[in-house]
Amino acid sequence: MSLRIVVCVKYVPDATGDRHFAEDHTTDRDAVDGLLSELDEYAVEQALQIKEANDDVEITVLTMGGDDAKDALRKALSMGADKAAHVNDEALHGTDVMGTSLVLAKAVEQIGYDLVLCGMSSTDGVMGVLPALLAERLGVPQVTLLSEVSVADGTVNGRRDGDTASQRLSAALPAVASVTDQSGEARYPSFKGIMAAKKKPVLALDLSDLGIDPADVGLAGAWSAVDEVAERPARTAGTVVKDEGEGGRQLAAFLAERRFV
Amino acid sequence: MGEVLVLVDHVDGAVRKPTLELLTLARRIGEPVAVHLGPGADTAAATLGEYGASTVHAADAPEFADYLVVPQVDALEQVAKAVNPVAVLLPSSGEAKEVAARLALRLGSGLITDAVDLEAGAEGPVATQSVFAAGFTVRSRVSRGTPVITVKPNSATPEPAPVSATVQPLKVLFGSAATGTKIVSRTPREDTGRPELTEAAIVVSGGRGVNGAENFAVIEALADELGAAVGASRAAVDAGWYPHTNQVGQTGKTVSPQLYIAAGISGAIQHRAGMQTSKTIVAVNKDAEAPIFDLVDYGVVGDLFQVLPQLTDEVKARKG
Repeated sequence: MSLRIVVCVKYVPDATGDRHFAEDHTTDRDAVDGLLSELDEYAVEQALQIKEANDDVEITVLTMGGDDAKDALRKALSMGADKAAHVNDEALHGTDVMGTSLVLAKAVEQIGYDLVLCGMSSTDGVMGVLPALLAERLGVPQVTLLSEVSVADGTVNGRRDGDTASQRLSAALPAVASVTDQSGEARYPSFKGIMAAKKKPVLALDLSDLGIDPADVGLAGAWSAVDEVAERPARTAGTVVKDEGEGGRQLAAFLAERRFV
Repeated sequence: MGEVLVLVDHVDGAVRKPTLELLTLARRIGEPVAVHLGPGADTAAATLGEYGASTVHAADAPEFADYLVVPQVDALEQVAKAVNPVAVLLPSSGEAKEVAARLALRLGSGLITDAVDLEAGAEGPVATQSVFAAGFTVRSRVSRGTPVITVKPNSATPEPAPVSATVQPLKVLFGSAATGTKIVSRTPREDTGRPELTEAAIVVSGGRGVNGAENFAVIEALADELGAAVGASRAAVDAGWYPHTNQVGQTGKTVSPQLYIAAGISGAIQHRAGMQTSKTIVAVNKDAEAPIFDLVDYGVVGDLFQVLPQLTDEVKARKG
């Protein structure tokens, strides 16, 4: 029995860079170099591990984004994914999470899937709700925020560590799953993997291929709006002392002065 | 004023503090109405009324405990369609955010997650969010449908506004998707007796410099003397020294306490994202060049194994 996995990934501005907003209040994607979102590497890794543990698994990595987003696909392909699909359309600029979930759901359906795998959230928008929205749109179970995931006999199983309890989850395929940064470190692409990735197919898709009306996506089609963005003022420099044997007592005096003690 | 639905976060009827914050915020934009799913609605109603909820829509069914997320979405959708509220507020937990997203999609409504403040506006509620590792503050609103907004813990101080709460039993008609993801088993987390990380007034966190699981006792001793929660950096969690539930940072919890004490934490962006909105920040680190010192109100360059025990003893002595 074959298993088709689609891994959804995002090309994001490097979180260690000096990120800003563009004039239209969307994320400035030019000011800072982009890369495959670190949290999506965990999803690619788990897809590869499922492939290693099962027969006849095919992994397609899917992204929505501008021309640069190809870099994210290339990275995932060099890690070992089999093929890629890239939804790229000028009308997508400024699309909110609702529109993104519409586009990805249509693309996933077109590609064909048994399991959709996602990271726990992006590192730019950080909403963490896209997998749930995909499940809602596709009408399949969501098995999300997993620190452990496996597939066997047509079901996906996993462990979800919540604030009050750790849960064991199970759902029949097809399903949408997401994994956290606790699921296992992602592998580095090998030289062989990097060379092989250059020959792997990347399917180009636009909104007309997916049968989506441009009015339903983009900044104008968003269901929420950002009215104002403001850079947080830098914290004013405080007092830093070197411990000469009294550091703990000095700190206690500071805490007492601020009435914490 | 229209009604504002608030999803109650509770453990068997014991209402958690973020819900009281939601009820307080809800009163700024309308009349709070609580939705209580699972057992204990009658117990919860007294607390919910204390904070201004005159009505508590209450449903209990095995589906809420046995299946993930969707049963709650079905229940909220049913109440939302009956009440036609001006907004729906939920806590910003991983699970409640997923509930919020699916609800918003079903209602054809926009979604805002992780608000840290909320106020009434000419075109509906205006939410404040802290983004890009807390480097920016954003004000946004929902432009279509009924605003569905999740709010982070510690975003408001709960203010009582006592009314008498009426419990309205709700019979939920679950859809076929409700039983899609089975919760096969559940292992409750061990109760440490310490405050909840995201709700605590004081947080003491340890990082790479703690250098071993057993050494976290130094962090815990100070935390217990201050009545604080214990946090950990990603480096400490990845090393297996402390549980992931205690991780502060981009992929862990975001905290905004009155006082944050970072011990042996360098202050990488991944950590700063989770703590730099704290009111007062204190750090102890061996490395004078550590970026954490750029954020502090007070910093000590030194060995945390010397400084922290001395601080703990001094706090104990001052409490006398």
